[in-house]
Amino acid sequence: MLSFFEKIGGAIRSKITRLGAATRLFFSIISYSSDSFKRFNLTIREIYFTGVLSLVIIVVSAFFVGMVLGLQGYYTLQKYGSSEAIGVLVALALVRELGPVVTALLFAGRAGTAITAEIGLMKATEQLSAMEMMAVSPVARIVAPRFWAGIITMPLLASIFSMVGVLGGYVVAVPLIGVDEGAFWSQMQANVDFNYDIVNGFIKSVVFGIACTIIALFEGYDAPPTAEGVSRATTRTVVTSSLAVLGLDFVLTSFMLTV
Amino acid sequence: MNRIKLDAWVGIFVALGLIALMGLAMKVGNLTSNDIKTTYYVTANFENIGGLKPRAPVKSAGVVVGRVDSIVFDTKIYEAIVTMSIDERYVFPKDTFANIYTAGLLGEQYIGLEAGGDPDNLEANDKITQTQDAVVLEKLISQFLYNQASKEEE
Repeated sequence: MLSFFEKIGGAIRSKITRLGAATRLFFSIISYSSDSFKRFNLTIREIYFTGVLSLVIIVVSAFFVGMVLGLQGYYTLQKYGSSEAIGVLVALALVRELGPVVTALLFAGRAGTAITAEIGLMKATEQLSAMEMMAVSPVARIVAPRFWAGIITMPLLASIFSMVGVLGGYVVAVPLIGVDEGAFWSQMQANVDFNYDIVNGFIKSVVFGIACTIIALFEGYDAPPTAEGVSRATTRTVVTSSLAVLGLDFVLTSFMLTV
Repeated sequence: MNRIKLDAWVGIFVALGLIALMGLAMKVGNLTSNDIKTTYYVTANFENIGGLKPRAPVKSAGVVVGRVDSIVFDTKIYEAIVTMSIDERYVFPKDTFANIYTAGLLGEQYIGLEAGGDPDNLEANDKITQTQDAVVLEKLISQFLYNQASKEEE
């Protein structure tokens, strides 16, 4: 019986310790981040790996998400005889919610895992220790550029996702279903507000970018330096990032709705 | 991969992202159509505003001329004070009538301004004195029922 409580206590303590270590890593990234702007080519390299290489998956999935929204929205809206509102539905759903969230989930799966595996493997092959021996801080050289690349990349990817999704919805609504093109765009423009809807979605994507990148970086940096440890850390990155994104999404949305 | 090629790809990516953001702002959002910039404020008291919310449109002859800025409850007169910001290009006579209408059967509520015939115009921070409250469905139904009942008594 006692060992049962010991296990619970140990699990909670190790979680809290990891949270503290992640916070420490976050602040040391902030303190070293001037280096990643002075040597911006390091950050640009990471933007290439996290952003440019994620473009295909983002664009393709955004197009399909937009098309599905168009079809499903039409199915419901035509019952009420207001199928012109399909543009509003697609645009608001994408800009406010699906754009940032789905991009963050895809980002965690596509770029987050790569970051964790790369840093974990660097740790396992003692490249990070070698850097420390040469008085090069691995946080400044490896971790901070990836962090800033993630923050720059996420809002751009989310914007591309929303825009391509709207185009996908357009393709389904106008040429396929036959909704009037003018009504599609004008209803959308009348009901999507820049300051409230688009800026809120943008803020969400920045927050998700910070959360996903810091989780991926910490899991890699904290991974046990073995093959098994790295594989587990990669799994944990996806699980923790997804949960963090969905949880943060609720918190952010409830904050934004009260304004 | 060499530096120049890398920079080019990242440049394309950032440009794409910014274009998408601009597209969202211009094509999807209302940044282009929302050219109400300089506005003046007028207030109006209502006994009942129904479901009117801040940012609801203020329309005259169906054209959006402004937005509801804030709604507060005055405990001295027990009425709602609605502040509207109206585009400077549009001026209204002093005896303008402010109604609360509903767009469609289930639509959102908005303020409709009907111009009067006064030669003087409303100025900034003026108060619209003639107002009509939102239609509350329960009141309508109870009025209807009372009418029916009084008819039967006759």
